[in-house]
Amino acid sequence: MNWNNVIQGLIFLTTVVLLAKPLGIYMARVYEGKPAGLNVLLGLVERWIYRLSGIYPETSMSWKGYAMAMMLFNGIGIAVVYALQRLQAYLPLNPMSMPGVAPDLAFNIAVSFATNTNWQSYGGETTLSYLTQMVGLTVQNFVSAATGMAILVALIRGFIQKQAETIGNFWVDLVRTTLYILLPLSMVLAILLVSQGVVQTFKPYEKVTLLQPVKDGNGAEVQEQVLALGPAASQITIKELGTNGGGFFNVNSAHPFENPTPLSNFLEVVAILLIPAALCYTFGYMVKDKRQGWVLLAAMLIIFIPCLWSCIYFEQHGNPLFNSLGINQKATAFQPGGNMEGKEARFGIVNSAIWAVATTAASNGSVNSMHDSYTPLGGLIPMWLIQLGEVVFGGVGSGLYGMIAFVIIAVFIAGLMIGRTPEYLGKKIETYEMKMASLMILIPPALVLAGTAVAVIWPQTKVSIFNPGPHGFSEVLYAFSSAGNNNGSAFGGLSANTPFYNIALGLAMFFARYWLAIPILAIAGSLSRKKIVPVNQGTLPTHTPLFVVFLVMVVLIVGALTFFPALVLGPIVEHFILHHS
Amino acid sequence: MKKSQKAKSSFNLSIIGPAIIDSLKKLDPRHQIKNPVMFVVLVGSILTTGLYFQALSGQGEAPAGFILGISSWLWFTLIFANFAEAMAEGRGKAQAASLRRTRRDTIAKKLSTPSYGSSYEKVSATTLRKGDVVLVEAGDIIPMDGEVIEGVASIDESAITGESAPVIRESGGDRSAVTGGTRVLSDWLLVRISSNPGETFLDHMIAMVEGAKRQKTPNEIALSILLAVFTIVFLLATVTLLPFSVHSVIAAGHGEPVTVTVLVALLVCLIPTTIGGLLPAIGIAGMDRMVQANVVATSGRAVEAAGDVDVLLLDKTGTITLGNRQAVAFIPNQGVNIKSLADAAQLASLSDETPEGRSIVVLAKKKYGIRGRHIHELEAKFIPFTAQTRMSGVDLGDGRQIRKGSSEAIENYIKKLGGSFPEDLKSNIETISKNGGTPLVVAEHKQLLGVVQLKDIVKGGIRERFAELRRMGIKTVMITGDNPLTAAAIAAEAGMDDFLAQATPETKLKLIREMQSGGRLVAMTGDGTNDAPALAQADVAVAMNTGTQAAKEAGNMVDLDSNPTKLIEIVKIGKQLLMTRGSLTTFSVANDVSKYFAIIPAAFIGTYPSLKALNIMHLETPASAVLSAVIFNALIIIFLIPLALRGVPYKPMTANRFLRNNLLVYGAGGIVAPFIGIKLIDMILAALRLV
Repeated sequence: MNWNNVIQGLIFLTTVVLLAKPLGIYMARVYEGKPAGLNVLLGLVERWIYRLSGIYPETSMSWKGYAMAMMLFNGIGIAVVYALQRLQAYLPLNPMSMPGVAPDLAFNIAVSFATNTNWQSYGGETTLSYLTQMVGLTVQNFVSAATGMAILVALIRGFIQKQAETIGNFWVDLVRTTLYILLPLSMVLAILLVSQGVVQTFKPYEKVTLLQPVKDGNGAEVQEQVLALGPAASQITIKELGTNGGGFFNVNSAHPFENPTPLSNFLEVVAILLIPAALCYTFGYMVKDKRQGWVLLAAMLIIFIPCLWSCIYFEQHGNPLFNSLGINQKATAFQPGGNMEGKEARFGIVNSAIWAVATTAASNGSVNSMHDSYTPLGGLIPMWLIQLGEVVFGGVGSGLYGMIAFVIIAVFIAGLMIGRTPEYLGKKIETYEMKMASLMILIPPALVLAGTAVAVIWPQTKVSIFNPGPHGFSEVLYAFSSAGNNNGSAFGGLSANTPFYNIALGLAMFFARYWLAIPILAIAGSLSRKKIVPVNQGTLPTHTPLFVVFLVMVVLIVGALTFFPALVLGPIVEHFILHHS
Repeated sequence: MKKSQKAKSSFNLSIIGPAIIDSLKKLDPRHQIKNPVMFVVLVGSILTTGLYFQALSGQGEAPAGFILGISSWLWFTLIFANFAEAMAEGRGKAQAASLRRTRRDTIAKKLSTPSYGSSYEKVSATTLRKGDVVLVEAGDIIPMDGEVIEGVASIDESAITGESAPVIRESGGDRSAVTGGTRVLSDWLLVRISSNPGETFLDHMIAMVEGAKRQKTPNEIALSILLAVFTIVFLLATVTLLPFSVHSVIAAGHGEPVTVTVLVALLVCLIPTTIGGLLPAIGIAGMDRMVQANVVATSGRAVEAAGDVDVLLLDKTGTITLGNRQAVAFIPNQGVNIKSLADAAQLASLSDETPEGRSIVVLAKKKYGIRGRHIHELEAKFIPFTAQTRMSGVDLGDGRQIRKGSSEAIENYIKKLGGSFPEDLKSNIETISKNGGTPLVVAEHKQLLGVVQLKDIVKGGIRERFAELRRMGIKTVMITGDNPLTAAAIAAEAGMDDFLAQATPETKLKLIREMQSGGRLVAMTGDGTNDAPALAQADVAVAMNTGTQAAKEAGNMVDLDSNPTKLIEIVKIGKQLLMTRGSLTTFSVANDVSKYFAIIPAAFIGTYPSLKALNIMHLETPASAVLSAVIFNALIIIFLIPLALRGVPYKPMTANRFLRNNLLVYGAGGIVAPFIGIKLIDMILAALRLV
């Protein structure tokens, strides 16, 4: 037992759970339109935004209207980001004179950021201008997160309302989320991060003289290094808070200018789970039964904690091949021990593993270590968390609405088992809801499996796979799992900036996002129209430990059964080969 | 109930034979396509059969014997599922056949004019049309469903109800409906035919039990969608394994890609064939159980809705209480001797043939030794109850005039004569009402003597049944014409949750609508024409077979036993239907865990030998592992047929406990059972050296 690992893990989880309640209440009040503290300051701004954009905040939309508004807004977002990249050479704030981005990559990036995936097959500091990063990506970081949260709120209204035809106003939900929740939180976090040394500047890249000259591949002496800079703090705060994950720099949160200290690391990794966890509380608060919120949070934690523990365990346990190289993998006061390949010395095993598990449980996708370098089973955990459908915390809004889709499936089966047509929070779950919720367990696996299958047999794409054997397969599987569930993290080891991968992964991200978001809105509309069935003795209680266990089983069994064969051919066989040869 | 006499054992030889033939006939793709899960199995079976013939010609992807083994067990999987459906249908068909026999060769006496004594011609029952009038006499079989327009007769309805005691049918009122196929025992009836051939009650029943007109219920559709989605997911998981395997072979540098035969085997094992195969049988068996409980439902939807009922509306009289009230006490007014009150009450009731009247006579005799006298000796004139006066009584030869009736009626009577209604009487009346009694006020001329307390007798054991319902989450509401005080007391005594007093057809309808708009599902029973609007409004409406045609048409079920507490049975059957589906779904999906551990290592061990670590069941060879999983998958359907036909047992308990129990049995059991089953089959295969 390594007490350092246990204590750090506990501090992290406790912080997330403690913050869930106050932030959850605050967000619920924002969505209910009640005074939440910042109205005095921002109420005027909000009203001006509505007036300038011609929004009538009182008009409530049908689910179709809501979905149209959402798609219109996201469509325009994708177009703008695409255009910014293609034209960045002619636009201001481009001190390093970055050329226009290639069409396939620009498409991939635009979709990636609008869908809250933030898959990056490029290096930010070598591809994008400051303007593209700020006006394109940072803006999408905010509004893609706000889109997810707006859809969730519409779904919650479906449970609250009785025989209503509408589910709220998309524009109002979008504006209120951004203005009252994401912006204030980002500002606080950005200031804290800057205090730790995260950069925030418009200056061009800095050339510095090396203290210790090195030799390059040709044996020539290298005296100088270029340090990439930029307005990083403002982007990476929302990158964590909005479960976006797209790094300002190529190596993401392993970069010292994005994540310089253990404290900045702690703040950032807490920020990853903060809003998804708090939204559970918001849900319970808004449906007027806080236990329902705790139940969902508990279900997420029941999956999360063993995954976290296993990942730390496998990484701390180390790599048997290192022993044969004579590397000491024992944890001591001076070294973290274990499998430190691909991990930052300042984070060690536990903070790398916490991050890896948190970023894949939530559909964040930022990384502070190379998942590719994890032990086979240590790396299986992040991949499997993504494959569960990004419902263990998941993306802001999208994670919880995905989990609610699983709840619908769970109450359906449980309802049948007790001899009652199923209901959740007083709403009958019928054929229509089942149809829509089923898409949740169908679409992401379909995208992941079909994408991977095409990628491994398409002759031209094989050159992208660097590693032989099962590990190379894991890399492709991880890439499609990440895109097909809007996570955005990469295993690495795969050269994904090719037209095939850019377009295939771009499409996977697009469908994974909207083919689920629209059915969720359809469920919201259908639930809104229903009556609320009163609770009685025969009603299946959904706030009991038993239900939590059942829900967890449904999520795990569906996730495990779908991906078990593929995982066997990737990380699982790699593990056996590593330990038995 | 006549269950024992009607119930047939699940496995009856006369049913099994035809069922086997039927299960082969059902292999027709046009039949299989209705069930997407089993259709996938059919395609897999055809594909592997093709591969077998390819292997025979010497270019097989695997040894021909192995492919043949897999292929034949896939065919068996299909046949077993079809067999389950055929068995369920067979049981219904047997019942339908006996129903049909009752109808054969009925000759009807069709009247030229609808009056007794007019001429008739003998025609075949099948030529009768709605509106025709027929004469049925003692010994005749009633040719078609209809309404009695003239006459009174006793009828043997045992063909339909299984109840041998004859029932009375007469024109007008609530006992005017007759059912085709029943037999007149005495007297005669003129019957106006109320349905065309093919639409009669018997036809409905036959169609129902045969499953011919079975439509999928909403819940079944929702479950089918879920099962279809699981099927597609597993289809993807197995289809993509081929490219994954090809890639792995290249990456590992040795081994052969997985064969299509193994992939098909894996697919069939993973898709929910257990529930998919048994789903039609479960639905048909649910209907069958209804019929065995002597209830005919007009749709499967109604049966399913029954499982969800929140509120039960029950008529007080006949359901909760014995039909008649009984006198239990005499309460005299101040200054009146209790004996003279008893005497007056008895005198007023001597000629009153109602149960209440008789009970007064008996009580006076028992308590005060007042013997019943003969009304002629007293030269008395009996004043019968009329709807106008709402009281009855007697005018004696000596000039005494005694009246008894409801308090309002007597109050009016006394006031007309110039008497007054004393206060202490009012308080007595109220006390009686509060305690669930009915006060009957007795007056002699303009003097009030006191009150007779009549009491409803609540049926024995009914309280326990309502407590059971409460545990099932069902609220019971008593419907009565009584005043609110009386109603409240009886409802409390019977242990009901609520009551509707002074009920009229309008207030009943209103109550149902209110409850429904509050999201509740309402069930009720009724027999009278005045119940029809409420029956039509209720979600589950059970009409009594003795009821009027209007009531039967308004309801969505008919209880052939005309037993109002049958609703409880119906609710249980509805719940069982859903539970059986849910439990087998859980079982089916939980089974997949073990099948992965059997098939996946077997499929890829050639490419990655270290995968033998996943063979945790230590199955003999890759071929025996795959075959064992497929055999288990087929056999489990056969093993579960009795459960599908019988239904998962239902006991009232809280939803949470229920879920826990069923999860343990079908969830945890579903994970563990196949590990044992597959290992056993593998051991047998190895012992027989079949692989």
